[in-house]
Amino acid sequence: MKESLQEILNEAKRRLDEATSLKDAEDVRIKILGKKGDLTSILKSMGGLSPEERKELGMEANTVKAQIEQMLKNTQEQLKAAAQEARFKAEKIDVTEPGKEFHLGTEHPVTITINEISDVFKSMGFTLTEGPEIETVYNNFDALNAGPDHPARDWTDTFYINDQVLLRTQTSPVQVRTLQSMKPPIRVFAPGRCFRCDTPDATHSPMFHQVEGLVVDEGITMADLKGVLDTFAKKMFGSETRTKFRPHHFPFTEPSAEMDVSCFKCGGRGCRVCKGSGWIEILGCGMVHPSVLKVGGIDTEKYTGFAFGLGVERVAMLKHEIDDIRLLYENDVRFIEQFK
Amino acid sequence: MIVSLEWLKDYTDVNVSPEVFCDRMIMSGSNLETMELTGLDISGVVVGKIEKIEKHPHADKLVVLQVNVGDAKAFGKDPETGLLQIVTGAPNVYEGAYVPVALDGAHIPGPLHGQPKTEEGVDLKAGELRGVMSYGMLCSFGELGYDDKVVPVNQKDGIWLLDHDRKNSAAFESALGKDVVEVMGLRDAVIDFEITPNRPDCLAMIGMAREAAATFGTELKYPAITTGEEVEDISDYIKAEVRSDLCKRYTARVVKDIKVEDSPWWLQKRLIHAGMRPINNIVDITNFVMLEYGQPMHAFDIETIADHRIIVDTAKNGEKFVTLDGTERTLDDRMLMINDAEKPVGIAGVMGGLNSEITEDTRTIVIESANFQANSVRTTAKRLGLRTEASGRYEKGIDPNLAGTAADRMCHLIELIGAGTVVKGMIDIYPVPEEAVPVHARVSRINKVLGIDIPREQMVSYLESLEMTVTGEGDDMYVSYPTVRQDIKIEEDIVEEVARLYGYDQLPVTIPKGNNEASQSYSRDIRDTIRESLCALGMDEIQTYSFVSPKGVDNVRIAEDSWERGFVRILNPLGEDTSVMRTILMPQMMEVLGRNYSRNIDTVKAFEIGNTFMMNYLEENGLPFEGYDISFGMYGAGAGFFELKGIITEMLYKLGIRDLEFVPETEYGPYHPGRCARIRATHMAHLENGDKPEEIEIGIMGEVHPEVTEKYGIGTKTYAAELALDGILALANTTKIFKPLPKYPAIIRDIALVVKESETVGNIEAVIKKTAGDLLKDVKLFDIYRGVPIPPGKKSVAFSLTYRSDEKTLKDDEAAAVHAKVVKALAEELGAILREI
Repeated sequence: MKESLQEILNEAKRRLDEATSLKDAEDVRIKILGKKGDLTSILKSMGGLSPEERKELGMEANTVKAQIEQMLKNTQEQLKAAAQEARFKAEKIDVTEPGKEFHLGTEHPVTITINEISDVFKSMGFTLTEGPEIETVYNNFDALNAGPDHPARDWTDTFYINDQVLLRTQTSPVQVRTLQSMKPPIRVFAPGRCFRCDTPDATHSPMFHQVEGLVVDEGITMADLKGVLDTFAKKMFGSETRTKFRPHHFPFTEPSAEMDVSCFKCGGRGCRVCKGSGWIEILGCGMVHPSVLKVGGIDTEKYTGFAFGLGVERVAMLKHEIDDIRLLYENDVRFIEQFK
Repeated sequence: MIVSLEWLKDYTDVNVSPEVFCDRMIMSGSNLETMELTGLDISGVVVGKIEKIEKHPHADKLVVLQVNVGDAKAFGKDPETGLLQIVTGAPNVYEGAYVPVALDGAHIPGPLHGQPKTEEGVDLKAGELRGVMSYGMLCSFGELGYDDKVVPVNQKDGIWLLDHDRKNSAAFESALGKDVVEVMGLRDAVIDFEITPNRPDCLAMIGMAREAAATFGTELKYPAITTGEEVEDISDYIKAEVRSDLCKRYTARVVKDIKVEDSPWWLQKRLIHAGMRPINNIVDITNFVMLEYGQPMHAFDIETIADHRIIVDTAKNGEKFVTLDGTERTLDDRMLMINDAEKPVGIAGVMGGLNSEITEDTRTIVIESANFQANSVRTTAKRLGLRTEASGRYEKGIDPNLAGTAADRMCHLIELIGAGTVVKGMIDIYPVPEEAVPVHARVSRINKVLGIDIPREQMVSYLESLEMTVTGEGDDMYVSYPTVRQDIKIEEDIVEEVARLYGYDQLPVTIPKGNNEASQSYSRDIRDTIRESLCALGMDEIQTYSFVSPKGVDNVRIAEDSWERGFVRILNPLGEDTSVMRTILMPQMMEVLGRNYSRNIDTVKAFEIGNTFMMNYLEENGLPFEGYDISFGMYGAGAGFFELKGIITEMLYKLGIRDLEFVPETEYGPYHPGRCARIRATHMAHLENGDKPEEIEIGIMGEVHPEVTEKYGIGTKTYAAELALDGILALANTTKIFKPLPKYPAIIRDIALVVKESETVGNIEAVIKKTAGDLLKDVKLFDIYRGVPIPPGKKSVAFSLTYRSDEKTLKDDEAAAVHAKVVKALAEELGAILREI
């Protein structure tokens, strides 16, 4: 019987060596280890042996069984690996083929710029507010201290709907609306469209966007104005940005200033973007004129404030080096998609 | 305001480089437009004298000159005579003339006669001209870099005659061979300052000098206004009378024995560097004094003044008058005129008359230095369409106290250059003299607004440097100011004066106290969400003008009398194309699509979120109603009705608007009548007597009508939609409430039905939902099929139905029972026949 066991072992070894598929290996298992398999039969036939013989042969048979099981496992693993390798080989792809096209839409560059500006002011606790594009002459001029003789009121400069209603020429009337509807502390900014009688060319558009800002509270100083706008400049144009405040004039602020920022392209050495000066004029600002505060019934002894306004297209054009403002309103998608 | 730095130094002794001058002036409030250094790019040009002129042997229009350039080292000097042979075509040369001579190797800014101006200028070399050697070139003003419009009127053609009035030959004789830049004093910094409308006092050299003196701490020196010997008395020459309060002050002086000739070079040079063309001595002095003080001056020939009487009064309606420029103008009774006893001789503050002009024969002049009301001059100039240097200055406001001083200054200068004899006395009609009303300002307030803490003395010294005087004690300052400073009115104006002299750059940088929470309106939130969703869905954002052509609504076939034609109109538009405020966005969307199509862009998917405007009929002069629309437009690959519908549905889903209804619309002009839908949704309206479902129309969408696409030149199917934000705002619900995930398995049953072609998917779905009840969780269309074996006029529509119970595992027979009910209802209500799949 020992010989038979040895034969079974040899047979198993031979057949497993020849196996080329998992099915071949499974056949071997059934043939030898299955319920009616060769080894099983031998074990079943041990009933007629003496206890000693049975014990000896049993041990022998278990050893053979373990050997076969191990061989079977090895063969199965090898065959599995081979099969997987064959599959991978067959399924190889050309990873240099292009990806499938998914198209993300693009926000308009004016929107992108307004959002960038908005994010900065929101981070400083400013509330976004809006006003109508069609405004009263009072809100756009009188309330902002631009008297009846102010040249900007001219029909050659401002679009009128009637003698009391116009297309706002600036976002500053939102200051008036805010002062009339809110009590200090006030900290708002207002992006929006403005209109002036300019024939379109590379640098002029009869419609453009501004962002207005207004802060009114007890103890607001011109130093605060500098602090807020300097922070804005650094967040908007990079932390290295320096600012310069120059005296200027606006009817609705006193003192008034214009803010220049160090050129964000060349860092102030002078280049095409800053026209060699190292500085770029970015916005107008100043301490809110008392007659404007009075429009909102605000106690000018108790409260002070500052305001500012900047041109969105100007910032967008400088930042993205767009050389013609008309491109913004032509809406050629090849232009818009450059800002994706 | 153009400032010649050399001229400015006559009034205050600023001794810094032009660059430093500009930088510090900018920081004290005079903003720079441009700065140009003159005379720097001229080298090798010397003073020469034409000794001899001979005909050119081969050219009629050229002459051959022998020119004395003194000791100057010059290539080509004749060894015997020491003269330089130069060929020229200039018409104004004469023997004995002193001229600028560019030697061999010279550099000039150019351009050469008849050539374009270049950045790099011109290098000159000796050379042959039609067979005769020329060792140099005589220069014109233009060749030395001067703009045509500032060249003295009698030197416009030909070369620059240095001793143009032939009064200084001795000086030029000793300057032969010397650098023309040195001899003529051409080096200067010409600075153009931007003057803000509140500072008309800075439109004058003295005004700028006052600013410079305050900036640099130098002394301001006023020009001399005295005259030596005055003769006779003005009252024997002229009488004046003012009959209108539009004239705030009228002063006049008389100068006799006038000799009209060229001005001396120092005066011409001042004007040239200030951008003005020298004409003759009287005109030049008029301009010179205007530039010095900012006070427009006018001179009449006294012989043209009838009865030697001047009457300032408004014109008669319809009166005709010929101005100095030779144009006949029609006047009206709001225009202020200068008249003599019989006729008008000038339009006050705008322009003089041709009838009283100074000529070469003028012997006695009346100098007028007057102050007219700014508004009156502005409206007169505007009505006549005649804006002049003088009217521009009056419009901005001039201090009436300047008038007399300026008239005296003009007399001084005429006497100085020997152009006439000043008659004693001045006419001065000045009913209400202008006085400065001291402004009360508090030291504490100034420090509070600026966020600094500087002592009173420092503030006072700033103010005094601007020629202001301060009285009062302690915190109180009473500030008197020169009356030219018409901008000083309230305390804040003093704050600004202190701030700019202290230096904005010296102010501290602080962050305001207090915590504010940033927020924005619900409408803005929703618009932001819409924009983000649409971009994520592959749509590009466009932005178009708020004003449009009224023809747009015609182009998109909007019906007559529709609300879309109720435009808010602009009274003074740039053109018809931008003459009305838009009521809908679609025409501009079509225009943008058309523009892209014409540029061969094969696919466009775009949206705009924009304002629309409606007339306000409720309130007279009330503001129009403004609302937002969202417009969509697409053509090309991946564009289609159902693509657009899918995008809109997903966008609205994100806003919590889910139960949409798409109702066929066959009448709306812009769209294909079989491919257009109104988009509606229902929400619970909170009414007084409880909540009630209310249907809201959100917008309309469809395939664009072929006539519309044709109009915009789009040769492919185009899809568009327009939604109103108002409806979306009413329906949107961005609150998200968690629903438990399904615990029990679902049973999915597919169903295919043969129905009439006219049956809608919407209708079938409605029947399924209504019949199935709560167990039905989802219905999805997955196929529509037409063709064999489906009979003509019918279609097969296949749905996938998901059944599930929230309480237990649904059994097959329970689902089957509901499903059978559904099939039965479909058959009964729609005649749908179940088809095997």
